[in-house]
Amino acid sequence: MAHAYTPGLRITQRAVVRKERRLPIAGTVLVERGAKVRAETVVAHAELPGDVAAVNVANQFGIAPEEVPPYMLKKQGDAVAKDEAIAETRPLIKWLRSTARSPIAGTIETVSAITGQVMIRTAPKPVDVRAYVDGTVLEVWPGDGVVIETVGALVQGILGVGGEVSGDLAVVGGGPDADIGPGDLAKDLAGRIVVAGALLTSNVFRRAAEIGIAALVGGGIHDTDLRALMGYDLGVAVTGHEAMRPILIVTEGFGRIPMARRTWDLLSSHAGRRASASGATQIRAGVLRPEILVPLADSAGAAASPPEDAREAGLRVGSPVRIIREPLFGRLGTVVSLPTGLEVVESEAKVRVAEVRFADGQTARVPRANVEVIET
Amino acid sequence: MDPKDLNVIVATDCGSTTTKAILIERKPEGYRQTFRGEAPTTVEAPYEDVTRGVLNAMAELEELSSRRILDGERIITPARGSEGVDIYVSTSSAGGGLQMMVAGVVKSMSAESAQRAALGAGAIVMDVIASNDQRAPHEKIERIRTLRPDIILLAGGTEGGTVRHVVELAEFLAAASPRPRLGASFRLPVVYAGNADARTHVRELLAGKVELHVTENLRPVLEQENLGPARDEIHELFLKHVMAQAPGYPKLMSWVGAPIMPTPVAVGNIIQRVARGRNLNIIGVDIGGATTDVFSDFTLPAAPGTVEAAVPERVFHRTVSANLGMSYSISNVLAEAGIENILRWVPFDIDEGDLRDRIKNKMIRPTTIPQALDDLKIEQAIAREALRLALAQHKQLAVGLRGLQRRRTIAETFDDGTSGQTIIRMPELDLLIGSGGVLSHAPRRCQAMMMLIDAFGPEGVTRLAVDSIFMMPHLGVLAEVNEAAAMEVFEHDCLINLGTCISPLGRVKAGARCFEYRLTAGGATRKGSLAGGQIVLEPLDEGQTAEAIVTPARDIDVGAGRGRTLEATVHGGAVGVVFDGRGRPLEIPQHNRTETVARWAQALGAYPA
Repeated sequence: MAHAYTPGLRITQRAVVRKERRLPIAGTVLVERGAKVRAETVVAHAELPGDVAAVNVANQFGIAPEEVPPYMLKKQGDAVAKDEAIAETRPLIKWLRSTARSPIAGTIETVSAITGQVMIRTAPKPVDVRAYVDGTVLEVWPGDGVVIETVGALVQGILGVGGEVSGDLAVVGGGPDADIGPGDLAKDLAGRIVVAGALLTSNVFRRAAEIGIAALVGGGIHDTDLRALMGYDLGVAVTGHEAMRPILIVTEGFGRIPMARRTWDLLSSHAGRRASASGATQIRAGVLRPEILVPLADSAGAAASPPEDAREAGLRVGSPVRIIREPLFGRLGTVVSLPTGLEVVESEAKVRVAEVRFADGQTARVPRANVEVIET
Repeated sequence: MDPKDLNVIVATDCGSTTTKAILIERKPEGYRQTFRGEAPTTVEAPYEDVTRGVLNAMAELEELSSRRILDGERIITPARGSEGVDIYVSTSSAGGGLQMMVAGVVKSMSAESAQRAALGAGAIVMDVIASNDQRAPHEKIERIRTLRPDIILLAGGTEGGTVRHVVELAEFLAAASPRPRLGASFRLPVVYAGNADARTHVRELLAGKVELHVTENLRPVLEQENLGPARDEIHELFLKHVMAQAPGYPKLMSWVGAPIMPTPVAVGNIIQRVARGRNLNIIGVDIGGATTDVFSDFTLPAAPGTVEAAVPERVFHRTVSANLGMSYSISNVLAEAGIENILRWVPFDIDEGDLRDRIKNKMIRPTTIPQALDDLKIEQAIAREALRLALAQHKQLAVGLRGLQRRRTIAETFDDGTSGQTIIRMPELDLLIGSGGVLSHAPRRCQAMMMLIDAFGPEGVTRLAVDSIFMMPHLGVLAEVNEAAAMEVFEHDCLINLGTCISPLGRVKAGARCFEYRLTAGGATRKGSLAGGQIVLEPLDEGQTAEAIVTPARDIDVGAGRGRTLEATVHGGAVGVVFDGRGRPLEIPQHNRTETVARWAQALGAYPA
């Protein structure tokens, strides 16, 4: 096959980044094309239909469904309070009376004479979509959403957990291959996006949550720790809806893996700047990566790498790469040759390989499927 | 062009991640698959046009075959000399395939029948809503609202029976106002295949909220399923609505010479044709990155007290285990099987935390392949569990209908959580076909054979094969146009015969005498004997047959009855004949687990020493 399945992770000093900000259902766009927005600016608003509760009056009263309407105290469209009576029997002896009550506050939506069921709906729920990044409104889709464009430094991780945050970027610990402990997290890191070195542990996370850190970024995490934090085993790499604070972003993978030097250096160079981060990940077709984005207001007009949809992903001689499978998992190098023929590796699989040179000058032949291009 | 005149055929399968193209050419000896090309599927951003991936895959075919197939972005038809093709056909599971939600009144009756209809139409069933599924009404409504399927199938109520329960389900649908996954501007198609007396009410409730299609009741009486009309309606909607909304599909649909088939429907089609053409009981399994499909075509046993028909009735089933796969879903296999069940197949000691990290790393880098031998052994251990669980799920749904043997009241069926008896009778299985990267691309064929035997536990005499390069989808859709061409390619290029497995039915005692065998081929006889827990491989090449005589111990049955000698003609293949004395279900001793599993692997020469 001529091309890689999915593009590698982007670690770039200056990129044009476009973010689609869409409403879940039709609503109102609140900003105009060309407007400057901050990450927390509400750019679109909609009202989600409320929740529905069903009360089967026929079952409760032991009557036929078609007999329900005369027993109703409320009709379609009437507002009801929680526990308010919506239907009542009228026996000759009063204390034999039965009452059906609404389990929620809302409006009677339907009364069915076929099933005896009454549907009650709560008030609509407002939904606000925020800009997420500081930038400019590039495009407006009326009733649907907007595209925000910004220029800035971009680091994509491999897996994240939790939604979107913004805050100042901070770097802690002794470097990309050092582990931090709970004691390394000071209280003044509250609200920040904190970059640590190699391993994130559950103890570090708990301390970060205690302080109120917005995001925790590290090289790797053990699955046993992630499972303990989430409360369940992550079955597929589709995340973003978890109510986790701080959000977690892992740049390399599972296990104790040092953060790529390049990633560490780039994030360190922007320490103290305002950034946005998202843990949302989707490792399926239509891949979505967790990210840390540092808008650079002073970069307007500066040469920036083009947006994602204008770039051609691929493995070439000279490509900086990361090895993403045992036995050299986590090592960084540069492609020095791409032999065309199939080669047999230790597992006896016949594969196309890439020859990769590491910083120490050594080379290795690695299945092409097991290298990931570091995109700039 | 008359299908009989087709000389050059190009077929693609547009999968979730890869679009695979094959070239089939008519040679003097018949139709043969000659070249294969592939390219990433381009349904998603930034391309959002499935035809880009198709053109790229065909461009690779052009390079490899030196045949010019494309004129710019047009497929050259018909073939002239070394240019063009006579027909182009395609299957598709891109964009996650067809995703459906089904609803029925009784979970184990109409809801189960609806599930079978959806699965038969090639769908992934995202959820099954039933009146008696123990969820509160508001939970059902919330679930319907958030799922966003491509199509919903609503069933329930026998003809002339009560309308109340199925109308209640329609009320839930109306309250949820479900929206489709693709195409924000069009209404979600809902197929109603329930009690005809409820149609008017269902129409009134759902008018303006969904696009309602009414078809015949799929369970008109308790004792009978009528899945065809609902299945056809789903297929029609898939082509007209779901595909029409998917990026690039309208263009793709204008290129093909036969309607595009959902990939699993095409695989099911070819398996059914082979099973019925050769009168074999077949199980096919396709273990992918995200899902595992299991297909079976079995004869139905004659009902007690009836004379067996000259041509026994056959029944086809397809199930998809949406959460079991070897890359995207690999961590789900761990979650569903449990770490202990995976560890039991690993022939060396490994720390549990390390194993968990490795599995998760495969999940987040799904396209990587095992470079280290230990990594390969771990992946093959996980594959065994994914396959085992997928077969268990298949057996649960491939069952006889309730009420077939005796009439029951609705109250009884509400109470009873079990299904009818499974139609999958392993001792009667003739052929087991494996497909998917972990099986088809295993570095040694005996690894694929070992995985299939360990996971499926065939009993008696069973042939095993793998799909060489996953071309069953292509052949399934081609069979609709030219069955002879599809079957010829299936026989010659698609299947790689692994050989035959002979195993006792039921448990055996470890170390006790199990059976003796004599295997005669080409005038030479090989003999051996097995104790419980042993496994032996006798080489027998592809195309060769041998006469096997198996004499079991008094309490052992190898297919002819307890203690009775079995005589059978067995087929060779890339691996040979495996005599498996480990019994069923396969039990691994705890005290020397790694040594035992390593010994079994060694007996088949599964891994380098």
